[in-house]
Amino acid sequence: MQAKKRGREDVLGVGAIVVITGILALVGIGNAIDTPFQIQMWTLLTACVLGVAGLVWHTARDQQGDQTKYENGIVKAGVFASMFWGVAGLLVGVIIALQLAFPNLFYFPDFGWLNFGRLRPLHTSAVIFAFGGNVLIATSFYVVQRTCRARLAGGMWPWFVFWGYQLFIALAGTGYLLGITEGREYAEPPWYTDLWLTVVWVAYLLVFLGTIWKRQEKHIYVANWFYLAFIVTIAMLHIVNNLALPVSFAGSFSYSAFSGVQDALTQWWYGHNAVGFFLTAGFLAIMYYFVPKRAERPVYSYRLSIIHFWALIFLYIWAGPHHLHYTALPQWAQTLGMTFSIMLWMPSWGGMINGLMTLSGAWDKLRTDPVLRMLVVSVAFYGMSTFEGPVMSIRAVNSLSHYTDWTIGHVHSGALGWVGFVSFGALYCLVPWLWKRERLHSMALVDWHFWLATIGIVLYITSMWVAGIMQGLMWRAYNDFGFLEYSFVETVEAMHPYYIIRAAGGALYLVGALIMAYNLWRTARGDAPARERATDVPAAGVAVAAE
Amino acid sequence: MANERERDAHSGTETTGHEWDGLKELDTPLPRWWLYIFYASIVASIVYWVLMPAWPLVNGYTHGILNQSDRRNVAVEVQALQTARTPMFERLATADVAAINADPQLQEFARAAGESVFGDYCRTCHGAGGVGAPGYPVLADDVWIWGGTMADIEHTIRVGIRSTHPETRMSAMPAFGRDGILTPAQVGDVSEYVISISAANSRLHADAAAAARGATVFQEQCAACHGATGAGDRAVGAPSLTDDVWLYGNSREEIRRQVELGRGGVMPTWEARFDPGTIRALAYYVHEMGGGEPDAPPAPAATQPTAADASVAPAQSTNAGGGATR
Repeated sequence: MQAKKRGREDVLGVGAIVVITGILALVGIGNAIDTPFQIQMWTLLTACVLGVAGLVWHTARDQQGDQTKYENGIVKAGVFASMFWGVAGLLVGVIIALQLAFPNLFYFPDFGWLNFGRLRPLHTSAVIFAFGGNVLIATSFYVVQRTCRARLAGGMWPWFVFWGYQLFIALAGTGYLLGITEGREYAEPPWYTDLWLTVVWVAYLLVFLGTIWKRQEKHIYVANWFYLAFIVTIAMLHIVNNLALPVSFAGSFSYSAFSGVQDALTQWWYGHNAVGFFLTAGFLAIMYYFVPKRAERPVYSYRLSIIHFWALIFLYIWAGPHHLHYTALPQWAQTLGMTFSIMLWMPSWGGMINGLMTLSGAWDKLRTDPVLRMLVVSVAFYGMSTFEGPVMSIRAVNSLSHYTDWTIGHVHSGALGWVGFVSFGALYCLVPWLWKRERLHSMALVDWHFWLATIGIVLYITSMWVAGIMQGLMWRAYNDFGFLEYSFVETVEAMHPYYIIRAAGGALYLVGALIMAYNLWRTARGDAPARERATDVPAAGVAVAAE
Repeated sequence: MANERERDAHSGTETTGHEWDGLKELDTPLPRWWLYIFYASIVASIVYWVLMPAWPLVNGYTHGILNQSDRRNVAVEVQALQTARTPMFERLATADVAAINADPQLQEFARAAGESVFGDYCRTCHGAGGVGAPGYPVLADDVWIWGGTMADIEHTIRVGIRSTHPETRMSAMPAFGRDGILTPAQVGDVSEYVISISAANSRLHADAAAAARGATVFQEQCAACHGATGAGDRAVGAPSLTDDVWLYGNSREEIRRQVELGRGGVMPTWEARFDPGTIRALAYYVHEMGGGEPDAPPAPAATQPTAADASVAPAQSTNAGGGATR
């Protein structure tokens, strides 16, 4: 009875938001001052209509799900979404890598929306927010339930978060192709899409906090600290960086609340902490659950986890100015950005130590378990990227590396090696658990995925190191009279072979992801032996603890 | 709870006594090396703050005891470079080809400056070493549309071709076919005639009957600019049709298409962008690419090139104006 009443309230709450958004979309369609905005509003309206239909369908079936069990359905949906967006994002990445390597072959003058300028933000947003975001939401919903021994809070609200987030991705991605952008790197979506994400994100925070609130464990597990830091900080970064005044409430264009170098610094305060709190803190949370779980070993050091967590949180937020070395940004701000980045080195490595040393006593499993190997290699790439980052933040190094493809290589050692592999590892763990299989369909395919992707990453980052350093050296080469030794177009010509290697590396990584999608599909479909897991019921956890 | 802590069998370390979904934590102390490097990075940062500009204050910021400033350093370096270069550019601005060639140091400077500027601004269209591309003339050969002396080249760089400069070099070939000035048959005939008078005839073998019909059309429509013999006229930027160099392609079809469409490219004016010394260096670099023509005899009046050229109409510059500047 109690459960039923609460169910009705959450449905009403979600319904109210969806209906209000739908009405606003209708108003937008009627008053639109430009066609792209109108198309976006039609998309929004369609989504709201589908949302209302979904709510009615749900209420009609009156299915609350078994309230005594963990909410697994949403995690399953998240696994699907992650895999779909992951493959899509990687595919767009390979396309734009080919556009850079062969600009004449991959140039489509009749389809302007396929130009590099529109596909590039589509790629970055698809891999970071669509793939990464869905992995984070799915794993956080899985982990918070298990480690709190509580069913996900909020009834319908987690589903609002899931579908609302997919709508954010759809609006942002189609907007880029239509030419709508705020021109802020990794924050390109226009003002109305930003507002929608804000609503979704607040709901996400409340669902997560609500689940922690009703936990049956006395202490909060370290993974949940990191998830919470990620959710809270992303909310703050997103809101501040996207403060803007629309030119018209019936159009997509807006002006930033900041101007000049303040605008640039706000953007990179956001940009760097998107790396710090989305791609680092969030995925460290995944690491803290899935590595010890898969290795079946205790976390190496509780003390280290506390110290490196707080040091990371405190120091990361200052590091943004290192993206603006030798610009109009005052030198003192550059100094702070650089020194805080250097101090960040050890706090970052705290996570690596805890990840790797947890394997102590289980190293032999690396030989037999490619999933664990993937997780461990991800931690190794994390360590490498978080060493490279502070090095590149040093002003003297940055004067060579800035604006070159070295930066692209650095980002991808973190993105492909750390974020990609830790996500793949987590998904490989989750699918047999969620679909109640004894194991994955094929461990040999995981091995193939691991090696193809690893070779792909090595090709990618080494080619970009060579290309980037060469590019930087060519830009700064002067002859005896102080004239530039190389013209810009000569540096572009010199990059050509490395761009081809990079595209090949990216293609290998994509093939690996396709193999993974196939393997997960076969596992979920039932081509692996079934197994019932006791931990689907929160109460069962008590029994485990008492053992 | 502390007395209930279990020890991990493998490492012998105590756990914290907590457990979540089967996950436990060891109470391992912080690795010493980790802690010491962390401390060292903090100390290094504090030292850097003391030395360099670092912390904002209510008014201004801490300048650091080294009193370093990026902006001041850059200004000093730029000033030093300008001081070093200015005498060379000043000498260059008044030197002709002979004077540049006579002074190895000046010559080397002109080549370096010209190569650098060409690489960033000209190479995109004219290609590395001035090899050209369809629609973009080859600069390394001795075929010139607007003249190949140093003064001609310099004037072209200054005012551009069909550019926004008020004195831009300007010519417009009619689109004989597209605009219906000639019938398609006449376009074909005159194209055959052009092939017949050009060095391309040995490759393309013009149709004699068509060329004969085209001869009349040529004299009526083309000879005014390209000359009765098709030798061209640099004064109006009309290319010679007697050689086998074709701006828009050397096949029969491409020659016919040019009669049909009368295409003409645009080269920007660089006068506002570069100082006279740089333009002189660039002209010298292009002149030295392989096809530069010798200067006309020096003119008696030693006027500044910019002032003199500005008063000369573009159409005259090849014959009279270019020579007068020397």
